[in-house]
Amino acid sequence: MGVGEVKETESFREKIARRAAQEIEDGMIINLGIGIPTLVADFIPKDKKVLFHAENGILGTGPSPAPGEENPMLCNAGGFPVTLATGASFFDSATAFAIIRRGLLDMTILGVLEVSERGDIANWIVPGKRVPGMGGAMELAQKAKKVMVLTTHLDKNGRSKIVRECSLPLTAVGAAHLIITDMAVMEVREDGLYLKEVMHPYTVADVIGATEAELKMDEEVRVFR
Amino acid sequence: MANQFDKVITVEEALAHFHDGMTLIAGGFGGVGNPPTLIQGILDKGIKDITLISNDTAFPHIGVGKLVTERRVKKVIASHIGSNPNAGAQMTAGELEVEFCPQGILAERVRAGGVGLGGILSDIGIGTIAEKGKEKVLVGGKEYLLETPLTAQVAIVHAKKADRFGNLVYDTSARNFNPLVAMAGDITIVEADEIVEIGALDPEEIVTPGVFVNYIVKSEGVNWQWAWEK
Repeated sequence: MGVGEVKETESFREKIARRAAQEIEDGMIINLGIGIPTLVADFIPKDKKVLFHAENGILGTGPSPAPGEENPMLCNAGGFPVTLATGASFFDSATAFAIIRRGLLDMTILGVLEVSERGDIANWIVPGKRVPGMGGAMELAQKAKKVMVLTTHLDKNGRSKIVRECSLPLTAVGAAHLIITDMAVMEVREDGLYLKEVMHPYTVADVIGATEAELKMDEEVRVFR
Repeated sequence: MANQFDKVITVEEALAHFHDGMTLIAGGFGGVGNPPTLIQGILDKGIKDITLISNDTAFPHIGVGKLVTERRVKKVIASHIGSNPNAGAQMTAGELEVEFCPQGILAERVRAGGVGLGGILSDIGIGTIAEKGKEKVLVGGKEYLLETPLTAQVAIVHAKKADRFGNLVYDTSARNFNPLVAMAGDITIVEADEIVEIGALDPEEIVTPGVFVNYIVKSEGVNWQWAWEK
């Protein structure tokens, strides 16, 4: 498969989410962003108990309600109706962000427009084109204990979203820890960006060829199927 | 002075406090917890040139999003406008001024205004364009941004239940910015789904004490279709 032909399809999204779910440990407090990150919840093994934080004021969101069972006031930060997990609580927006700034989130899972080899994240503005605003992304990226980025490797124009330097205004500096794309799993370390895994059927050469950032390797690169 | 122990008024009486060019702060998140009846009243009365402080601009036909769609807002201070394309289009056309603020910092700025503080110090957004124009303060050798407090001439709040003094109970995730906004208005007007007598609420369940509230109106309920209903 040619790299330029990679498209964001349902199966790619699910594969990224399935790989991301492997990073989740029992007992974690997790915030899921909109898009691919939302899918991760579907892949967490039942024996791992986690609590999902929604920055609109819920700790302990549950699955989507059955059609007709929605409470329009009870939604996640993406505006979709949710149910509650056992032990859930409600609070105002100041408390929602107190949880984040105080470092009580074990993990936040975000989408990006660009992520750099030093972990800089850009995901809130394309000046002059798309200006949605940062929402809660700055706090989440800056303060969660582990920041996991889920994204397609390439943008719509076939350009690498994994870059040496972000060209877009930043959301947070040096924030990303792990980057999972439809092509690879990469880890941000002090001394650079390491290629840990390739996503089947891509090869190491495919990934290096599609990545603008410098990729380092210090062990055998595994294949995720 | 209005009767402290019965703040319930009609929507028409409440609208006497709204005027062109006003600053308005609204509770709500993506329309959830925006007060529908007061927003409809603002539209019907033709109020315009509003400076709106709100987490977001909701959706084009939902909540405060309607005020943007109907071009009643000249400036918005928010964390997010992405779910309302009209806001983005008006901003690009130079018709709507938008001041972005990280969501948790917006919440704390509103809280600071509401609780009588001169501002807050935070390290959120250091190294990004969010620090532009903000004074930097060193505390114990660590650098913080000085974030200024926010208040408005009128605060509009949605509650599930209010007693006649204005003690408030909120509705699940419709709480969001509402308790903060309730403190940040020169005049705070609550729209409640249910109005009960003083004494009917358990003091343990009250989130906002009625002393912050000036007026209460009865909600006529949500008059829009939610985005997920389509």
